Amino acid sequence: MAATLSPPPVRPVARPRMSPRRRARTARGIQYALLLVAAAVVVAVTDWRQVGVSFFNPTVAVEMLPTLGRALTNTLVYTAAAFAVGLSLGLLLALMKLSSVRPYRWIATLYIEFFRGIPALLVVVAFGYAVPVALGVSIGSLTAKAALALGMVSAAYIAETLRAGIQAVPRGQVEAARSLGMSHGRTMVTIVIPQAFRIVLPPMTNELILLTKDTSLIFLLGLTPAQYDLTKLGRDFLSSATGGLTALFVIGACYLCITIPLGLLARRLEATTGRGTR
Amino acid sequence: MALPPTTPPTPPAAGPVVTISGLHKSFGDREVLRGIDLEVGSGEVVCVIGPSGSGKSTLLRCVNLLEQPTAGTVTVLGTEVTDPDVDIDQVRSRVGMVFQQFNLFAHQSVLQNCTLAQRKVLGRSRAQAEAVAMKNLEHVGLADRAQSMPSQLSGGQQQRVAIARALSMDPELMLFDEPTSALDPELVGEVLAVMRDLAQEGMTMLVVTHEMAFAREVGDRVVFMDDGSVVETGPADQVIGAPAEERTQAFLRRVLDPTHLQVGGPNGT
Repeated sequence: MAATLSPPPVRPVARPRMSPRRRARTARGIQYALLLVAAAVVVAVTDWRQVGVSFFNPTVAVEMLPTLGRALTNTLVYTAAAFAVGLSLGLLLALMKLSSVRPYRWIATLYIEFFRGIPALLVVVAFGYAVPVALGVSIGSLTAKAALALGMVSAAYIAETLRAGIQAVPRGQVEAARSLGMSHGRTMVTIVIPQAFRIVLPPMTNELILLTKDTSLIFLLGLTPAQYDLTKLGRDFLSSATGGLTALFVIGACYLCITIPLGLLARRLEATTGRGTR
Repeated sequence: MALPPTTPPTPPAAGPVVTISGLHKSFGDREVLRGIDLEVGSGEVVCVIGPSGSGKSTLLRCVNLLEQPTAGTVTVLGTEVTDPDVDIDQVRSRVGMVFQQFNLFAHQSVLQNCTLAQRKVLGRSRAQAEAVAMKNLEHVGLADRAQSMPSQLSGGQQQRVAIARALSMDPELMLFDEPTSALDPELVGEVLAVMRDLAQEGMTMLVVTHEMAFAREVGDRVVFMDDGSVVETGPADQVIGAPAEERTQAFLRRVLDPTHLQVGGPNGT
């Protein structure tokens, strides 16, 4: 049977119905449309009059004003004190974790794993009730209690961050310092730690922001009105006032007033000190 | 400007500045140095050449104990640094070292780089340390960059600052670990010029380098190392100009004329 040599079938080039660029444009259009629809639904469904009365009630907000400054200051003080404890203890733990003495490394690891693993709330309660009973000491100052409880938790995170930062300092920096006759300790203090701090600035800002919010837990220690932090103040107004959830929104705004400038400051610091690095 | 004397006048080292004998160094199972004997006399410039991985840098780093030798003795400025009871920081403060990667302190200005160790190790006052630092920065031609940060300088400038930093300690011996290997070709010259000056002023120098022309011109003696051993040592002109050993000849052929390398050929690899 003589096979007739037919020309090979012409494979049509698979042309997509839409070019990739057009498809991308359409996809983007659909996403915008979805967003608009969602926003429209929210606006339509919300009872705006009710929101105004119970969430953004100006009378309640004004009522809060006289005590708000005090609570804001308290929150800042608790945060600063706890950060001081966390930073010093964290640096100590980081150095222990890098120590050549094995038991120091074990202790640091145990501490970090423990305090990183349990809720901060438990530590605060423990400081309020368990520690005075167990050790027979009562810490008088509320700020000290808050700083110790929150600082000890924070130290676990800070230690890990600092350890990573110290290890990220190039080895050549250490060798240069040692070759000039500087001791190990002096090299650590003047060369390694200053550079490590610059490396850990962004994660450290995170830590400070988390700590600011964690001060909301210290109501568990029992507060007098003069010692109220932002959250406790908010809760009080929430239960007493008729403004619904307005207090919640006022307090939330106050926290943002602390944390957003912190983030900006960190970014500024990073930009100025970062110029020195390679 | 009348400078107060910055170092207690040390008597000129009697005998060699560096004496290395039977030096072995292993990293795990890998033996990097297999019994090195070497002396560096006062005012002598000794250049160490050889293929990469031959142990040159490790040898240099054993002199100020950045690497701990596995066996053998190293004596520097009359002190046996391999003795476990030695105060190595004291010896290091008298020995300058310049690294391939410069290693300037990144968070400090040029001036601070040059004054830090003077103040912390030698106990000089700030004014005294700054005067010494400025003198040495002038020496390397960078007095006008004293307030700059290292990152604002070119590689060649950074390396010259590193030399000034080492010189500010008034060292009696300078170690150079491939000081130009990380530089762009057009920046090599400025660093070599500073080193040439230093040699002419009588500094005792131990230099690990790939710059054959520099080794030949400035070096009093050249040591060729291969595979952890010293293969050949002698006057610079002789070792580079008319090497006796076959391995030295092969290495120099590869280095001096890399374009005619036959991969896999008799001269290759």
